[in-house]
Amino acid sequence: MNFSFSKRLAAGLAATAVGVSITACGGGGEKKSATKCDENGENCTVTVGILHSLSGTMAISESTLVDTEKMAIDEINAAGGVEVDGKKYKIDSITEDGASDWPTFAEKSKKLIDQDGVPVVFGGWTSASRKAMLPVYESKDAFLYYPIQYEAQECSNNIFYTGATPNQQSEPATKFMYEKSPAAGKPFFLVGSDYVFPRTSNTITKSQVEQLGGEVVGEDYLPLGNTEVAPIIVKIKKALPDGGVIINTLNGDQNVAFFKQIQDAGITPANGYYVMSYSIAEEEISTIGSEFLEGHYGAWNYMMSIDTPASKKFAADFKAKYGSDRQVADPQESAYNMVYLWKAAVEKANSFDDNKVREALVGITFDAPQGPVEVMPNHHLSQTVRIGQITADGQFEILEETDGPVSPQAWNQIHPDSKGFACDWTDANKGGKYKL
Amino acid sequence: MQLLFESLFNGVAIGSVLLMAALGLAIVFGLMGVINLAHGELIMLGAYTTYVVQLIFKLPALQPLYNAYVLVAIPLAFIVSGVVGILLERTVIRRLYGNPLETLLATWGVSLILQQFVRSVPLAQAAGVILALVMGFGLPLLLPDQLLTGPRARLVRAGSWAVSALGGVLLAGGLASQISQIARATSRNVDVTAPKWMRGGIEWMDITFPVPRLVIIVMTIIAVVGVIWFLNRSVWGMRIRSVTQNRSMSDCLGIPTDTVDVLTFGIGSGLAGVAGVAVSLLGSVGPNVGTSYIVGCFMVVVLGGVGNLLGTVIASFAIGLCTDLIGAGRLLTIWPDMPAPLEQVVSFFATTSMAQVMVFTLIVVLLQFRPAGLFPQKGRMVEA
Repeated sequence: MNFSFSKRLAAGLAATAVGVSITACGGGGEKKSATKCDENGENCTVTVGILHSLSGTMAISESTLVDTEKMAIDEINAAGGVEVDGKKYKIDSITEDGASDWPTFAEKSKKLIDQDGVPVVFGGWTSASRKAMLPVYESKDAFLYYPIQYEAQECSNNIFYTGATPNQQSEPATKFMYEKSPAAGKPFFLVGSDYVFPRTSNTITKSQVEQLGGEVVGEDYLPLGNTEVAPIIVKIKKALPDGGVIINTLNGDQNVAFFKQIQDAGITPANGYYVMSYSIAEEEISTIGSEFLEGHYGAWNYMMSIDTPASKKFAADFKAKYGSDRQVADPQESAYNMVYLWKAAVEKANSFDDNKVREALVGITFDAPQGPVEVMPNHHLSQTVRIGQITADGQFEILEETDGPVSPQAWNQIHPDSKGFACDWTDANKGGKYKL
Repeated sequence: MQLLFESLFNGVAIGSVLLMAALGLAIVFGLMGVINLAHGELIMLGAYTTYVVQLIFKLPALQPLYNAYVLVAIPLAFIVSGVVGILLERTVIRRLYGNPLETLLATWGVSLILQQFVRSVPLAQAAGVILALVMGFGLPLLLPDQLLTGPRARLVRAGSWAVSALGGVLLAGGLASQISQIARATSRNVDVTAPKWMRGGIEWMDITFPVPRLVIIVMTIIAVVGVIWFLNRSVWGMRIRSVTQNRSMSDCLGIPTDTVDVLTFGIGSGLAGVAGVAVSLLGSVGPNVGTSYIVGCFMVVVLGGVGNLLGTVIASFAIGLCTDLIGAGRLLTIWPDMPAPLEQVVSFFATTSMAQVMVFTLIVVLLQFRPAGLFPQKGRMVEA
C-alpha cells in the first residue's frame, strides 16, 4: 500500500517535471532588440550576452571570467558607456549558465542570439565548448568573443579569440626551457590530459624541440578524471635519469595529484627536474599549494606580478570589488580585454551591427594590464609573452618577456598539418585558411 | 631484481588504493548484494572530513598536534561516512531490497544529491548536520533502557534530538567563526596537505618509495586484516555471514537480521570514509572525487568474485600490477629484443590511457571465461 503510493507519487513528480521543462523550453518569443532608450530617447542601454559555466566542474574557473567581464562592464558604464551616433549606451548583460555541458553552450547561444537579440556574446572556456558553439555562430552569422589560451588550428570569421595561440605561449616557453633554463639542453618529457589541447600542443612541442636540436624522450596522457600518476612517474624516472624538462599540459585537479606525487618521488627542481606548465596560473597555484610548485615554470601573457601601474590597478580593482583573497590571472585579463576591445570596435564602427563591428575590430589597439595589444586580421590578438618561475608566495617571478607583442598564428607554423597556412579575414580572397 | 622489486611495489601501491576504495563496496555489494552507486560519494565525504580535521588542527590551540591529525581523521571519516551510510540504508535502500534496478537508480540519485550538497552547503554547516545526526542516533543508545521505554519515552527522545540539534548548531557556528575557509560554500577543489613526516620518499636499493604510498599500503593492510578478523571471529561478523548465507534461516534462529543489515552497511560505508582519507593524500578533494573511483571499485569486486573478500584483494593487486606492467612500458625493459611487430603493439599500449583500455579489455575477456569472477563464492548462493 505504502509502496504503491510512493511509486505513484514518484510518477506524478516525474510528469510534473517533464511538464515544467516543456513550458520552459517552449517559452520562446519574438526577437527582442538589444538596444533600448526611454521615451525621450535618453538613458539608452545595450544588452550583451555572457555565457560561461556557473555550475558543474568548470564553474570554478569560468565564474572568475564572469566576475571580470562584469567588472569591465561596470567600469565602462561608470565612465559613461558606449558611444554610438552621439548617444551614450549603458551596457546591460544577460548571463547564461553553460553548466559545463557542451551541448548546453550551443543551446544557450541560440537563446541569446535569437530570443535576446544580443549583438555579442562573451563566453566559453574549454575547446570542446567552443567547438560546440562554433556552428551556431557561423550559421546565424553572430559574434562570439572567446578569452582562453588554446591550441589554435582554427580561424572563424564569427569568433574573436583573445587568448594566446601556441606561438604566443608554448613555443617561446619551449625555447626558453631548451636554451635558458637550468635544464638547458637536457631531454624533454611531455605529460598531458588526454584531449585535444595537450595532444595538439605536444605535437607542436615535439617538432619544435627537434628543430632546436633537442630530444623528446617520452610522452604520456592521463585520461580525464584519472589521478593515478604512478606509471607516469616510473616512465619519467626511466626516460630522464639525470633530470630534464617536463612539459605539463594536465588539466585541473590532475595537476594536484601530479605535483604532489612527483615531489614525493623525488622529481624536484633540486634534483634537476623542471616542469613547465601551460595551465597553471595564480589561482591554480593557490589551490595546489606553492610548496609543491616552487621552482617550476609557467608561461602566460599576463601575470599578476607584472610591475606596471596598469597591471597593479587591474589586480587592485578586482580585489576591491570581489574581496582581498581573490586573484587575477591570464584568462581573466583576457576576458577583461575583450569587453574593452568590443567597446572600442563599436565606437569605431559607430554601430552595434555585427558585420560593421567585425570590420572595425581589426587594427583596434588597447592598453591592457599586460601592455599594449592589437587585433590582427586573423581575429586573434598580438600579445606579449612572459616566462615566470613560481615563487614560495605563489606568484610568478618574471624571468623573460618578449620585446613587444608577438603576432598570433591561427595556423601553427610548426605543426605539420598547418605549416604554410594562414588566416586573414580582411581580404575576401584569403579568408579562414589560405596558403602563404 | 631491482626492476622486479620496483614493479612489484608500484603494482601494490596502485592496487592498495583500489583495494582501500573497493573494500567497503566488497562488503555492501558482495555480502548484501546492494548496488550502491553512492559509494564514491561516501569516499568523498571521508576526504572532506580529512580536510576539515586538517583545518581544525591548524588552529593555534591544536597546532602542536598537527602532525597527528591523520590519526584523528581516520576514525572520524569512518564515523561520518558510516552514519551517512546508515541513514541511506534506513531511508532509501531498506525499502528497495530485492530490486537491484531501483536500488541502482535511487543510489545514483543520492550520489548526485551528495555531490551538490558539498557544493552548496558550507562545510562548517555540513559538519554541524553530521554531528547532530551522530548525536541524535547515538544518545539514545547511551541512555538507560527504562528512560526509553518508560512513560516519558517520547519526551526523552525529543529531548535527545533537541540536544543533538543544539550541538550541531554550536559546532557549525564555532567552525564557521574560527575557520574562514569552510564558512562559505564553494565548489572549488580543496587540498589536503599531508604533515611533513608523510611527505617525500625513502630511498632504498636505488628505488624511491613515496611515503604517502607506504602509509596507504599500511592502512590497507590494517583495514583488510581488521575486516577479515571481524567477519570470521567476532559474534556480529558471524551473524553477518550467516544472514548472507541464508537470511530466513538466520531469522528463525533469532538473529536480528534488520540490525545486521544496518551494521553491514554502516561498516561498508565507514570503510569508504577511510578510503577517502587515503585518496586525499594523493590528489585534491572535490565534489567529483568519488566518481573517478566508483567504476574501478565495481571492477575490482566483480573481477574478484562477488561475495569473496580474498578475491577482491587479489583482483585489486592484479589490476595494479597489470596497470604498472602495461602503462609504464615495463614489458619492453624486461624483454628488450622483442620482435618488431610485437614491440610496436606493446609500446602503443604503454601510455596511461591505453593501458586502462588494455586492462579493461583483459577483464572483459576474463569474465567471458569466468563469469562469476576469479574466485566465485562456492556453495549456496547469496540470496537476492
